[in-house]
Amino acid sequence: MSLSPDQIPVIPRGVRLHFDKVRQFWVLLAPERAISLDPIGQAILEQIDGTRSFGAITTALCQKYDAPEDQIAGDCARFVSGLVNRRILELRT
Amino acid sequence: MTTSPPYAMLAELTHRCPLSCPYCSNPLELARKEAELPTETWVDVFAQAADLGVLQLHLSGGEPASRRDLVELVAAARASGLYTNLITSGIGLSERRLGELDEAGLDHVQLSLQGTDAAMADRIGGYRGGFDRKMQVAEWIGKIGFPLTLNAVLHRQNMHQLPGAIDMALKMGARRIEVAIVQFHGWAMQNRDALMPTAEQAQEAQQIVKDARTRLKGQLVIDFVPADYHSDFPKRCMGGWGRMGLNVAPDGVVLPCHAAQTITGLRFDNVRDTPLGDIWYKGDAFNAYRGDDWMQEPCRSCDMKTQDFGGCRCQAMALAGDPAATDPVCIKSPHHAKLQERAAEFAAGTDDNLTFRVSA
Repeated sequence: MSLSPDQIPVIPRGVRLHFDKVRQFWVLLAPERAISLDPIGQAILEQIDGTRSFGAITTALCQKYDAPEDQIAGDCARFVSGLVNRRILELRT
Repeated sequence: MTTSPPYAMLAELTHRCPLSCPYCSNPLELARKEAELPTETWVDVFAQAADLGVLQLHLSGGEPASRRDLVELVAAARASGLYTNLITSGIGLSERRLGELDEAGLDHVQLSLQGTDAAMADRIGGYRGGFDRKMQVAEWIGKIGFPLTLNAVLHRQNMHQLPGAIDMALKMGARRIEVAIVQFHGWAMQNRDALMPTAEQAQEAQQIVKDARTRLKGQLVIDFVPADYHSDFPKRCMGGWGRMGLNVAPDGVVLPCHAAQTITGLRFDNVRDTPLGDIWYKGDAFNAYRGDDWMQEPCRSCDMKTQDFGGCRCQAMALAGDPAATDPVCIKSPHHAKLQERAAEFAAGTDDNLTFRVSA
């Protein structure tokens, strides 16, 4: 699946970020799934606010981490589309 | 070996259920209403579970909606930070009660499916009018917006309805469907002649699921539990004994899996007497099959032992008479050939008469 810069990733109802106090990391809680997040996944999810487009998210992450745009866009697209395919994130246009 | 905290807890709030499915996973000896944990004990158990590291709470039964305090229990579970999933047949849920569950913070609903039409579903569930009611409940679930998983249980008598079940999940707007071919534990053991799918059916189901996964990628997630009597490798039962999750029975007994009481000689603790953390880390039953010290050959020297953990302990008990044996489903088990022979015999049964679960 390809993501276009104007699509807006959304965390749908029934999915939420949760700090796991026992294991000391962030997890994404979803139906029948608990996905532990590495710092990259966490950084991407923190940008998803239901209004910001995929393009705006990658630009913001490039600035924040001072990293090349195509690398960030690639990482982000893989992460987001993986979760969209598993019905954990949704895309709006 | 170090034990990690559990991720999931199945709270069997009650064994009471208006349905009487012939494959019910509850034990043959059901807990009576008087033996059920009171509200305040469940609330305390949820808090203990969250402190222990549990993230996902599955409220199950029996039919959890048979508990009058269900809304209160959901609110308490959410207040403890648990992701709260209701596993239900839909019977006992009104639009108003679903609204209350929504306000209480219920995260997700898993709706069981006994068949894709009233004739099949009501016969298998042993409850007339159950299917129509379920369809009504599904509509309310959609209206409120709860994320939904449809849970279709399949066997020889309704396997042909699998494509219809997938279509139904799409129409209901479900994000997920669990396609589970009956596992033979509990009440299902009394119905192997009437429920065992044929090897051809098992293969066809696998193909239908494979095709649907491709066709519906990004639209519907399909989890599949294959017919293990017809498989060559055992299921990764419970994600490993005492490794990922725990079950609390209606009377407070804590089990490594819902069928664990079929293993004779294990001692189980109760949340009425012992803190949940002590039960998880120090309980005899939980430590009995952790790691691989208990394994025999062919498991002990097998590369797959860290993947499938030797399969299902309860099935080893039921079919090989030894809970530490290799699950007879495994092609390496000395009992494997005999099991496949018996599976074919069960599947060839012509009598579709069912022995229904008796109510608690």
